[in-house]
Amino acid sequence: MLTDLTLAEASAGLAARRFSAAELTEAHLAAIAALNPRLNAYITLAADSARAEAADADAARARGEAGPLAGIPLAIKDLFCTAGLRTTAASRILGNFIPPYESTVTANLRRAGAVFLGKANLDEFAMGSSNMTSAFGPVENPWKPRGDAAAKLVPGGSSGGSAAAVAARLALGATGTDTGGSIRQPASFCGIAGIKPTYGRCSRWGIVAFASSLDQAGPFARTVQDCAMLLGAMAGHDPKDSTSADRPVPDFAAACSRSLRGMRIGIPREYRAPGMSGEIEALWQRGLDWLRAAGAEPVEVSLPHTKYGLATYYIVAPAECSSNLARYDGVRFGLREDGADLTELYERTRAAGFGDEVRRRILIGTYVLSAGYYDAYYLKAQKVRALIHRDFTEAFAKVDALLTPTAPSAAFAQGANMDDPVQMYLNDVFTVPASMAGVPAMSVPAGLDSDGLPLGLQVIGRPFDEETVFAVAAAIEREAGFDAQPAIRAGVAP
Amino acid sequence: MSYVIEGGTGAWEVVIGLEVHAQVVSQAKLFSGAATAFGAEPNTQVSFVDAAFPGMLPVINRECVAQAVRTGLGLGAHINLVSRFDRKNYFYADLPPGYQISQYQHPIVGAGVIEIELADGSTKSIGVTRLHLEQDAGKSLHDQHPTKSYIDLNRAGVALMEIVSEPDLRSPEEAGAYLRKLRTILRYLGTCDGNMEEGSMRADVNVSVRKHGEPFRTRCEVKNVNSVRFVMQAIEVEAKRQVEIWEAGGAVDQETRLFDAARGITRSMRSKEEAHDYRYFPDPDLLPLVLDEAWIAELKAALPELPDAKRRRFMQQYGLPFYDSAVLVAEQATADYYETVARGRDAKLAANWVMGDLFAALNRTGRTIETSPVPAAALGALLDLMADNTINGRIAKEVFEAMVDTGEAPGAIVERKGLRQVTDTGAIDAAVAAVLAANPEKLAEYRSGKEKLFGFFVGQVMKAMAGKGNPALVNDALKRQLG
Repeated sequence: MLTDLTLAEASAGLAARRFSAAELTEAHLAAIAALNPRLNAYITLAADSARAEAADADAARARGEAGPLAGIPLAIKDLFCTAGLRTTAASRILGNFIPPYESTVTANLRRAGAVFLGKANLDEFAMGSSNMTSAFGPVENPWKPRGDAAAKLVPGGSSGGSAAAVAARLALGATGTDTGGSIRQPASFCGIAGIKPTYGRCSRWGIVAFASSLDQAGPFARTVQDCAMLLGAMAGHDPKDSTSADRPVPDFAAACSRSLRGMRIGIPREYRAPGMSGEIEALWQRGLDWLRAAGAEPVEVSLPHTKYGLATYYIVAPAECSSNLARYDGVRFGLREDGADLTELYERTRAAGFGDEVRRRILIGTYVLSAGYYDAYYLKAQKVRALIHRDFTEAFAKVDALLTPTAPSAAFAQGANMDDPVQMYLNDVFTVPASMAGVPAMSVPAGLDSDGLPLGLQVIGRPFDEETVFAVAAAIEREAGFDAQPAIRAGVAP
Repeated sequence: MSYVIEGGTGAWEVVIGLEVHAQVVSQAKLFSGAATAFGAEPNTQVSFVDAAFPGMLPVINRECVAQAVRTGLGLGAHINLVSRFDRKNYFYADLPPGYQISQYQHPIVGAGVIEIELADGSTKSIGVTRLHLEQDAGKSLHDQHPTKSYIDLNRAGVALMEIVSEPDLRSPEEAGAYLRKLRTILRYLGTCDGNMEEGSMRADVNVSVRKHGEPFRTRCEVKNVNSVRFVMQAIEVEAKRQVEIWEAGGAVDQETRLFDAARGITRSMRSKEEAHDYRYFPDPDLLPLVLDEAWIAELKAALPELPDAKRRRFMQQYGLPFYDSAVLVAEQATADYYETVARGRDAKLAANWVMGDLFAALNRTGRTIETSPVPAAALGALLDLMADNTINGRIAKEVFEAMVDTGEAPGAIVERKGLRQVTDTGAIDAAVAAVLAANPEKLAEYRSGKEKLFGFFVGQVMKAMAGKGNPALVNDALKRQLG
């Protein structure tokens, strides 16, 4: 089936004219038509424009002008503004918003020839770890626990729709954004690969902002190599984003076949959290063995401020979000609930437009920035953030990359953890520190737990050294030989 | 003479500090490429960044930074090589992102000084605390519809410099002089057009009162006053209000007030308790602003001569008194005009003509120095006609009026109207003789000692010669014939 191909295989097939971009897109549209009503991975489908884009890709190829991703069908997280295509951030407040502009990352992908199948579901404004906070309903993880076909699990979040779509073969790849783990945790939950590149590697221009100092776009795909191909097209300096890095984009795909011989891989001892499940610990150990087999040398390192990562994150991210989301006020675009005066217009619009989790974070953020609390919370958090950053700098003086689990557990049931935000936030415990430090980190599928659910390992690299991250992740991928498939996927729906 | 308010309990001193918002002269806004021209149709100069659409990001406009640095240099202020932009968060309909990007903790320009000139000829140094860059908000129009407000975002995102003074000002006059001097400096630098009517300069006025020698008492901030006159009036009425409160045994509340120019009062806008909590924090969309010393040096080298330096030069080079120099340098264009007239000529005479006849003519015709009906070169040519005795001073006034009316060159007017001065001693002697003959009584009075009548005879002779007689020759001839 065309939908079972990897992105690299599909690309080769298109180049060899074994099938057309139109056929490849139709195959995916058919799979979406069959499975999306159940999985809810897409909020908005773009079948007509996808067909037109596929035809364009075929025409470009016929002219000998095919871009590196010509005809490759992708899911776009519905946080990227797409010109003329509804962009909701999975929020009622943007439920009818059609941007008149295209985000830099999606514009880069379009230039490379990619076909956009639709806009993928997510936690509202990317705030969540379960995709349960979407105003457009939860996404069902295509994986089922062994022997429980009726179980409905979360795909992780916030980029849950993107991860589920790629896992279920409803796209060859997808864009995501990662603020505290929003690419890596869903990649782990859905048994696929996903990378959060270095902060500044991809432009944030045109991506609906959650927490500006942390938000970073990155790709999902079913292989490390596919992620590398996608990131190569997404990345690059953008003068419209002052925090975008003015650096050349290396050949990420080539880095996937680099040897690990002589490389030192750090094992941060603080990640061996009390209460870590035996399965996760065992998987981590297997990862080390694989890397040793690939020629790398494991080294224990210390990231002493790891334990403050989550607390710091849940001050910094809400603080920024409380300010970033002030623009959703019913005045210029999006939802408006009229009121007797301006204050009532604000109150009614924002009360009707924002879900519980978004409101919770706006309130937390407003609180930590308030006069009298700023020093104790926001300023202190910034100081701790600097220490977390220093931890990584010091570790990377000794090692070339770090290996950790991606998440403390496999996917959990829809509805679990919903009444306990702190428990929900703990999902990000392993992913948040790399976000706070701005360093690149990737989740790669490494095995199944005792229920048959996928688990990922996380590779963390030096700033702007995604190449090493890809090399290490590709080695794990090869050694792990992960070939399990989700219960629900194109052509297979129990 | 220091300014005091006499109360029942004695004299009160007024303490004033000014926060001036000066719109930066730039083609584009502080963080977007939208245009900044004044008077455009509503909402025609608005980018998606200004309207705070989802995913839009600010990018600093280098020219606005250069303008702030130039201004800092012009105020003799410290330029901070590293400054930072913060978000000032509050909700209002004409503030699309829900925050203003400003510089709260780390401004681009630190302490400087402005020297002000007072009516009695004295000068005083007023400290400038800081200058920072920030965005302007849009405009809310509440009078266009009975139940709706309209929003014009043309101004949203336009770059402002907020220039904060120390509380060094002690009278409405000093505040007025400070504003005028600041405006002059900004206009010289070309960093703000200083046009208060169009709102490109607005002032927040901090006022408190105290008995001499006391520490500062509670101040009130009078917001958004948009002319020098209103600033001076607002200080006067606000200081009186505060004196009355203190003298009645009350206490002034720290609050934000508005000046109602029509009623000549200030009224409360919001109290300290109602004050916004702006939740300032560093804008994560922007990196710290790091300036290169070489770039600052380049900007410094390209600065124009500033008013204080120019005034000193005028005093030295042209021998002008302080007052004349100060008046002539108040506007760059006036100073340039003056120098064109004065160069190679009698500099004091040039100053008198510019400050006297020219200013009067501009007032009368409603023109500015830039659109003067008499170009500087033409006024210079008129002075030359006096210097080479082609015309005398009185005729020069007549020629000047003709120049204002017709725009003709002075030489042409002199020829056309036959105004060339008469230096023919024969003709002058004849005119003198005729006048003496026509006024025998006056002549007798003169000869009997009433020497004041000499002026009368001069006037009569000049009148007889249609004003064209050379005054010195007329004097000589009269003296001779009066014997």
